[in-house]
Amino acid sequence: MTRPEIRGVILDILENIAPDEDLTDLNDSDPFREQMELDSMDFLDIVMELRKRYRVQIPEEDYPNLNTMNGTVDYLEPKLADTPV
Amino acid sequence: MSDRPDHERIVITGVGMTAPNGNSLAEYRAALLAGKSGVVPFETRYMPPVLAGVCDFDPLRHQNRREVRRGTRAGSVAVYCAHEAIADSGLPWDEVNKERVGVYLGITEHGNVETENEIFEISQFEYDTKVWSHHHNPRTVANNPAGEVTLSLKISGPHYTLGAACAAGNAGLIQGCQMLRLGEVDMALCGGVSESIHTFGIFASFAAQGALACCKASSPAEACRPFDLARNGIVVAEGGGIVTLERLDSAKKRGAKIYGEIAGHAMNSDASDFVLPSRTGQARCLEMGLERAGLGPGEIDVLSSHATATVQGDIEEATAIGSVFGDAKTPPAVNNTKSFIGHAMGAAGVLELLGNLPSFEDGVVHPTINCPDPDPKCPVPNLVANDAKRVGRVDHVLNNSFGMLGINSVVIVKRPPNDVTSAWAN
Repeated sequence: MTRPEIRGVILDILENIAPDEDLTDLNDSDPFREQMELDSMDFLDIVMELRKRYRVQIPEEDYPNLNTMNGTVDYLEPKLADTPV
Repeated sequence: MSDRPDHERIVITGVGMTAPNGNSLAEYRAALLAGKSGVVPFETRYMPPVLAGVCDFDPLRHQNRREVRRGTRAGSVAVYCAHEAIADSGLPWDEVNKERVGVYLGITEHGNVETENEIFEISQFEYDTKVWSHHHNPRTVANNPAGEVTLSLKISGPHYTLGAACAAGNAGLIQGCQMLRLGEVDMALCGGVSESIHTFGIFASFAAQGALACCKASSPAEACRPFDLARNGIVVAEGGGIVTLERLDSAKKRGAKIYGEIAGHAMNSDASDFVLPSRTGQARCLEMGLERAGLGPGEIDVLSSHATATVQGDIEEATAIGSVFGDAKTPPAVNNTKSFIGHAMGAAGVLELLGNLPSFEDGVVHPTINCPDPDPKCPVPNLVANDAKRVGRVDHVLNNSFGMLGINSVVIVKRPPNDVTSAWAN
């Protein structure tokens, strides 16, 4: 997956988790939680969905990497490099 | 119970409900008088198509999509009913002390839906428990439906559910009464809810027991046939009924409209069998309810039966009713709501009671439908079968609700006192 493809996957997951949010103006540098209603259970949904879709295991100590869209894409890029969308 | 002082008399001041044939009391009552069923073909996991009572309320009326996704079906049913009840009560909700509001909801079961869903989900991942949802526990804790109500309405008073099999709807009302009398709360949101049609297990278990209504009947609407010779079992339904209960003195003070007064109630146990009901225990429960209400059998005008359309269950209840009311000079008109909507499990008791309260206004008793050939082994005195019956003034409605493990419940509601604002036109 390319960086834009990974971003698309994350957006798709976020849209499912937070269906009432408008994500069209999401700023990739700012924390998700400052831009949308996202609590710890929602955050775990992101981790779970990546595990289900791509068998990506994300240890708890790595969770801070997923605070922003840019951080999430940076973190996932090497893990999903050989994974098709 | 009317010799109690006003602060110990408990009245219904608001109604919120969803049934398979109506999403408000007015819609529901109209359907019951028109013979309109809510039973339809339904798909459930692993099994051939079944029949079920399915609700079509709009969950997004009182929840956003995120809340619906986060919670359970029972939670959505409860949130819908609670909001509707509060709106109906006319309470100035913003001014209500939320710490003095209690939420008491009867459930037959809870958690099966989510557990089945999660097991199915991990089966798609070779039973890897790492994909078991972190939502499982908050969704399956037994207080979930009542807790979702407190989250939605910012209620900080007590909340819990009452596991009482199919007597649960009555049990919720009784708990609300008791907590008001104890002074634990000033207002109770109580009743019962059911999400049971979303678990295949309840259908499969009734089928294994030989107690699930099948498609022998010519149409889904004719499948649930309490007291009829051709009855062939239970139709499972979802739904919910929540009322606002208040003490009579505070209801009077704010000029609340009153649907009726909880005149008496009783609960007991058969202590005889896991699944088979007992005429002895049920009759005793009826007697206790009448005693506590200070009423004789001839003073009940409408008796809403529990009958689920199983062969044995209907005979036991009919015999119990016959033994308590058979010799009354004016036995109550007996009807049954499951024939329209199926068995709404945790919501059954309260929905079946609510559907009969408008008799205080119109003097009409809705019928038991699908009963062209009453079973002679079901000696129900004064059964109102197939067509509604005008009976004139109705002062007392009694609701039976019984459940597995031999749990029995009776609630008796009296027409509003003369010195209050009645919810009814007469």
